[in-house]
Amino acid sequence: MEFFKIRRDIPFMRHAVVFNIISLVTFLAAVFFLFSRGLHLSVEFTGGTLMEVNYAQPADLNAVRARVASLGLNEVQVQNFGSARDVLIRMPVQKGTTSGQQTERVMASLKEADASANLRRSEFVGPQVGDELATDGLKALAFVVVGIMLYLAIRFEWKYAVAAIIANLHDVIIILGFFAFFGWEFSLPVLAAVLAVLGYSVNESVVIFDRIRENFRRYRKMNTQEIIDNAITSTISRTVITHGSTQIMVLSMLLFGGETLHYFALALTIGILFGIYSSVFVAAAIAMWLGIRREDLIKGGVKKEDDPSDPNAGATV
Amino acid sequence: MNRYPLWKYVTILVALLVAGLYALPNFFGETPAVQVSAAKASVRLDPAAVSKVEAALQAAGLPANTVSLSGTSIRARFADTDTQLKAKDAIQRALNPEGADPAYVVALNLLSRSPAWLSGLHASPMYLGLDLRGGVHFMLQVDMQAALTKKAESLAGDIRTILREKTVRYSGIGRNGQSIEVRFSDKAEMAKTQRILTEQFPDLTAIESTDGAGFKLVATIKPVSARTVQDQALKQNITTLHNRINELGVAEPVIQQQGLDRIVVQLPGVQDTAKAKDILGRTATLEIRMVDEGSEARAAETGGGPVPFGSERYLARDGRTVIVKKQVILTGDNLNDAQSGFDSQTQEPTVNLSLDAKGARIFRDVTRENINKRMAILLFEKGKGEVVTDPVIRSEIGGGRVQISGSMTAMEAADTALLLRAGSLAAPMEIIEERTIGPSLGAENIAKGFNSVTWGFVAVAIFMCAYYMLFGVISSVALAFNLLLLVAVLSMLQATLTLPGMAAMALVLGMAIDANVLINERVREELRNGASPQAAIHAGYDRAWATIIDSNVTTLIAGLALLTFGSGPVRGFAVVHCLGIMTSMFSGVFFSRGVVNLWYGRQKKLKTVSIGTVWRPDAGHQVTTN
Repeated sequence: MEFFKIRRDIPFMRHAVVFNIISLVTFLAAVFFLFSRGLHLSVEFTGGTLMEVNYAQPADLNAVRARVASLGLNEVQVQNFGSARDVLIRMPVQKGTTSGQQTERVMASLKEADASANLRRSEFVGPQVGDELATDGLKALAFVVVGIMLYLAIRFEWKYAVAAIIANLHDVIIILGFFAFFGWEFSLPVLAAVLAVLGYSVNESVVIFDRIRENFRRYRKMNTQEIIDNAITSTISRTVITHGSTQIMVLSMLLFGGETLHYFALALTIGILFGIYSSVFVAAAIAMWLGIRREDLIKGGVKKEDDPSDPNAGATV
Repeated sequence: MNRYPLWKYVTILVALLVAGLYALPNFFGETPAVQVSAAKASVRLDPAAVSKVEAALQAAGLPANTVSLSGTSIRARFADTDTQLKAKDAIQRALNPEGADPAYVVALNLLSRSPAWLSGLHASPMYLGLDLRGGVHFMLQVDMQAALTKKAESLAGDIRTILREKTVRYSGIGRNGQSIEVRFSDKAEMAKTQRILTEQFPDLTAIESTDGAGFKLVATIKPVSARTVQDQALKQNITTLHNRINELGVAEPVIQQQGLDRIVVQLPGVQDTAKAKDILGRTATLEIRMVDEGSEARAAETGGGPVPFGSERYLARDGRTVIVKKQVILTGDNLNDAQSGFDSQTQEPTVNLSLDAKGARIFRDVTRENINKRMAILLFEKGKGEVVTDPVIRSEIGGGRVQISGSMTAMEAADTALLLRAGSLAAPMEIIEERTIGPSLGAENIAKGFNSVTWGFVAVAIFMCAYYMLFGVISSVALAFNLLLLVAVLSMLQATLTLPGMAAMALVLGMAIDANVLINERVREELRNGASPQAAIHAGYDRAWATIIDSNVTTLIAGLALLTFGSGPVRGFAVVHCLGIMTSMFSGVFFSRGVVNLWYGRQKKLKTVSIGTVWRPDAGHQVTTN
């Protein structure tokens, strides 16, 4: 089997402006939704109590709501979780009661109404923990960005580092934009997925950059644009197959992983799709506009010191 | 050119063997068991205890598969959970005949069914997190300010005593927040006090100042000492939690300090979460009261009459009845510390209490007025009181230092001190995070994680085999090897596997295949450009290597960030993610190359490579499959 029967290099860079405009529009839309709608943060970040209750029959959400409200708890959200028999109850931090009392009171009241009610899981997070998680999340993001930029700057050149980080940070914003737009719950595992995706899609840019460097050495006659087109074209099959394989895994999580892994897998899916787009169409273009040149990499302290005119020079980069 | 030296094959073989060995315990499943461990430091688990357990089981007619002593616990394994539950009750009755103050913790547990020789190699199954096996997780925040305030209070009392002893004239002493203020009308007295403080209270720094017409000495706890106070408060709270959890009968409780002022408690497999919360949140209280010595009370003590009005009946630890007055003299709030020791004259074991200033004053007055009467120290837990000790007061006791002695062994003294100390918390705690996972949900989560990994793996393997033919098969085998390595490493490290961890496993497999796709695409490309099969394999692996390293390093950076800054579920994800990336480098490149070399490397005149279609634009459809 061969999916990619490409006779000539595809002129990706000819349309670089169009692709980048698409990217920019999506990015701006994501930023807009992030600000206008905000992220629907999970209990882990906001603090509060979460209970998952299982019933023998499909649960009557309104009855559950009325029950909880009768306990004098405010701003309680009740919704189905996975199946009609599972109910998720979210409560903000209530002053004066500890979490244990709160869950027990709610459970006692629900059991009174329907003896089959069974507490599957409960989670309480104090407000101080939530703040910490948010700052830790941002620290982790900063660590990833700085770490990757440093590595790429050492391994390639700063222009590549900048290009890769711009392209991939915009993926992160777009994932967050999706979560804001659809009101999906942003939890700790989703944060993990977002950061994992950041590392993973930088991968993609690295593969293409590696090829660009190799091409700079190999094809002395090509100009930068041709070299980038060739690099993307010759790695496109690998790009699609690799991401396809990863997506199969993520799909499997989406299908079998249940509600807990649902948004995690969803974040990965968006991340993988936009990861391809941004690596192929955005990162290389930004690198091109930043003015990457053959000379930067050849003198840039790359380990091979062979005669650069040797067609096989740098073959084992 | 595609040959591995022997040592590389040996490395692969050894890795395969070791990984297989350490991953093996995960396949044996678990067997229900009852685990007995010591509840007190003074209780030893020895072969005698094992035979006690065996005898108890025999008496109850409950056959155990094995009863063994391993490390710090006795483990009895049973065929089914029904026998396990009955056996737990039988063992509990046999080992802990008295309900209160149990010497042993008898808990239900699930133990790996892996054979003894595997356990002997320290090969145990992966350690499942709470979300996979059910249980409770608490994070408690210790109120350190309260601990410091308490310390300042007690120091203020000590200073007052010392100043009185040394006949220093001061006009007032008191605690203000966490500092102690001593006021003087005479500057010389202040200087004298300053000297005393430097000599006798190394924990304090004092600053002199004027206070209106008089003088003021403000003493604060040194930062170094404050740290010690906080450390001790945290340690004491951990000890208290340990003691409480022992009562719950949890097989493998985790009680850990996290950060400077937090304690994490994890109770795997606890079904009754309400009870767990109740016990953790409980505050044991200490009370000091007078024993009712009236004739009516004496009669009631021996069982011959009703308890007089205004008194209550309590049991002492040795089973005696003690009639105690209802009026409370002191509570545990006034107790600063309790340590066991020996009397300097009689060499008798003692328990030494140290009371705070207020407590010391009350205690002195009460003892002065009640010489030759009995005083009872009671401990209330779960609303039930027990007389820890009821000594006779011999003389007035001042200074807040109380020595309890008489008819105690050294062990009992240590226990009593521990109970008094651990019965209450050094500083109040607040639950700031709590997670409860029902056992059925845990089992479901395992199934979900397992299914995600399995089906994802199968789908990727099928695709790889169809697309890359033999190279795809080799890639799939390498991927399976990666999974094996990952499971083995996780088992070896005993890192906690959670549901996000299982998600990371699935994700890392999806990412690990990248290395093989890179290699296979490169080999195809070399073939397309007209390289000979052997050269194509060689160049394919060589050129892909740099790319694989680069891409894995960036992924690893993200993983490390998650590991450093993540907590809870994120950390569980990050551990597996990072380990998976590292094992994938070994399996995806080193191992798969080994297999390819073994298969193709020896064929000198290799004509074709089974890597699927190698399409050449110039020649149309030229196929090089086997």
